[in-house]
Amino acid sequence: MKKLILALSTAAILSVASGAAQAATKVCFLYVGSKTDGGWTQAHDIGRQELENHFGDKVETVFLENVPEGPDAERAIERFARSGCELIFTTSFGFMEPTLKVAKKFPDVKFEHATGYKTEENVTSYNSRFYEGRYIQGKIAGMMSEAGVAGYIGSFPIPEVVQGINSFLLGAQSVNPDFAIKVVWVNSWFDAGKEADAAKALIDQGVDIITQHTDSTGPMQVASERGIKAFGQASDMIEAGPKTQLTAIVDTWGAYYIKRTQALMDGTWTTQSTWDGIVDGILQMAPYTNMPDDVKQAAMDTEAKIVSGELKPFTGPITKQDGTEWLKAGEVADDGTLLGLNFYIKGVDDQLPQ
Amino acid sequence: MTLAEAILLTITTAATPLLLAAIGELVVERSGVLNLGVEGMIVMGAVVAFAAAQLTGSAYLGALFGMAAGCLFSLLFAFLTLTLVANQVATGLALTILGLGLSGMIGESFVGQRGVQLEEIAIPVLSSIPLIGNLLFNQDLIFYISIFSVFGVSWFLFKTRLGLQLRAIGDSHGSAHALGISVIKTRYLAVMFGGACAGLAGAQLSLVYTPQWVENMSAGRGWIALALVVFASWRPLRVLAGAYLFGAVTIGQLHAQALGFGIPSQFLSALPYLATIVVLVIISRNRRLTLMNTPASLGQSFVPDR
Repeated sequence: MKKLILALSTAAILSVASGAAQAATKVCFLYVGSKTDGGWTQAHDIGRQELENHFGDKVETVFLENVPEGPDAERAIERFARSGCELIFTTSFGFMEPTLKVAKKFPDVKFEHATGYKTEENVTSYNSRFYEGRYIQGKIAGMMSEAGVAGYIGSFPIPEVVQGINSFLLGAQSVNPDFAIKVVWVNSWFDAGKEADAAKALIDQGVDIITQHTDSTGPMQVASERGIKAFGQASDMIEAGPKTQLTAIVDTWGAYYIKRTQALMDGTWTTQSTWDGIVDGILQMAPYTNMPDDVKQAAMDTEAKIVSGELKPFTGPITKQDGTEWLKAGEVADDGTLLGLNFYIKGVDDQLPQ
Repeated sequence: MTLAEAILLTITTAATPLLLAAIGELVVERSGVLNLGVEGMIVMGAVVAFAAAQLTGSAYLGALFGMAAGCLFSLLFAFLTLTLVANQVATGLALTILGLGLSGMIGESFVGQRGVQLEEIAIPVLSSIPLIGNLLFNQDLIFYISIFSVFGVSWFLFKTRLGLQLRAIGDSHGSAHALGISVIKTRYLAVMFGGACAGLAGAQLSLVYTPQWVENMSAGRGWIALALVVFASWRPLRVLAGAYLFGAVTIGQLHAQALGFGIPSQFLSALPYLATIVVLVIISRNRRLTLMNTPASLGQSFVPDR
């Protein structure tokens, strides 16, 4: 009898425990870098923390950091799916194929892949219009630069980065039509030393504003040593350059993560392809600092126009680097073209690696 | 400052950590030990140097702690491979992986902080020589140490009795042991010297190159240092030449890009490594010369048989 009671109560406890686990929605995150990288992955992790704070006990979040893109990623995602994750966010471009592969095996689990372009019944892709922020930065650079040349430190020549370069230049040319950009590719997302060297090379060649599409604060530090201005990337880098940073593009994924988790809880989750902008709160501009009031005002006006939809950075007339016409006056580039953007506009002092 | 001078100055900053780490590893390999943990020791040196500089406010103390950290970390390698006779290649790789992970953990609270920079020391009179004065005699302490270490190590290896003994151990530990030279003790000291050099190279990264701490900030420089040792066929002066050649190609390609030359950036990024391979091929063509310079017991464990 005693044994039976014991067995029954154990079963009861177990069922209570598993009941509690079922009540909490398990949301899992896969990171390519470390959650304290000061840039890309950190921004995603802040989003995860916001998700936890928002739902409290109703969600359980799990993350895996420093997962290389490739076969390891597939194993990690599969482990997530097997361990009862209901919603899995894979937060790097290179996780796209592994995510799709695992998603096929687990049709009941929902997957969300960042910055990719493929979707499935249970796989959503989500991205941020970083280029909107770049346009505002370009506007500021156009007003602040005396040389009329900005230095751009690029990671890899993929469409997302090319969008940024072109958008920055369009912003700058809206102020100064002769504005030019010098580009240096470091072929890495994260190498503080190399990024700093690239910044030095650019400054030595006469640029007086630095912007970057790489993730470390190395360039910001060099700019601050040399006494010129710079823009931060992915996270607010004001600490690395209190007198240097003009503004920064800050990735704010939290709102999106909350929205999608809510949709899953409500049973309204469907596959989609999201490309949100400043208006949706997926990216924000860090405070406009170290600039005169009129520039600050212009930057805020530009931001307001982008938010209201009045201004779309890729609006014609725009001429390609080789002199041919890309967009006619008033014509707006469609998302498909932007997602595959592989050419420069006029004014970039570089040849795009193909 | 002219453009050429600016470029040269950037090259010295880029070459210094490679030079220091490589010169340390050269001594280690000359004693017959292959320590593949250079990357791990550099990154440990970088994080400890940064942390110490932040906590004490002194970049010099930071550099000292960085050196000590590299040295202590290498002691772990020495204990495993020399006392416990573990496989050197496996232990070295483990040291690198451990160093990358451990440094991330130690440095977690220091991410994003603005670091203390090691200031430049102008040497009176010499620093006012036109052209080279600013370049060679108005630098930070770690730069001076790196140049001094090349000549110091060269003198030690080829002009002193202890240096001769160290090379003898590297060439034939059995014979050296029979002659009454303490193989294990000498190797311990060599490994610790290598660790201290790598630690200082790390300190240069987090105190001079980019005064900040970011995870994995060594970014493969330890592996380049290892390649440089082979590239230099275990000769200190050639390590100097190699490190600066490598630095020059790395910086030169960034300038070529900024100038808008139409060369693919991927090719330019690969150029330093390509140069290493070319030189390696040229060196290896002369087999006798290679064999003469390679420490014959490199990577072999030593167990005294009597």
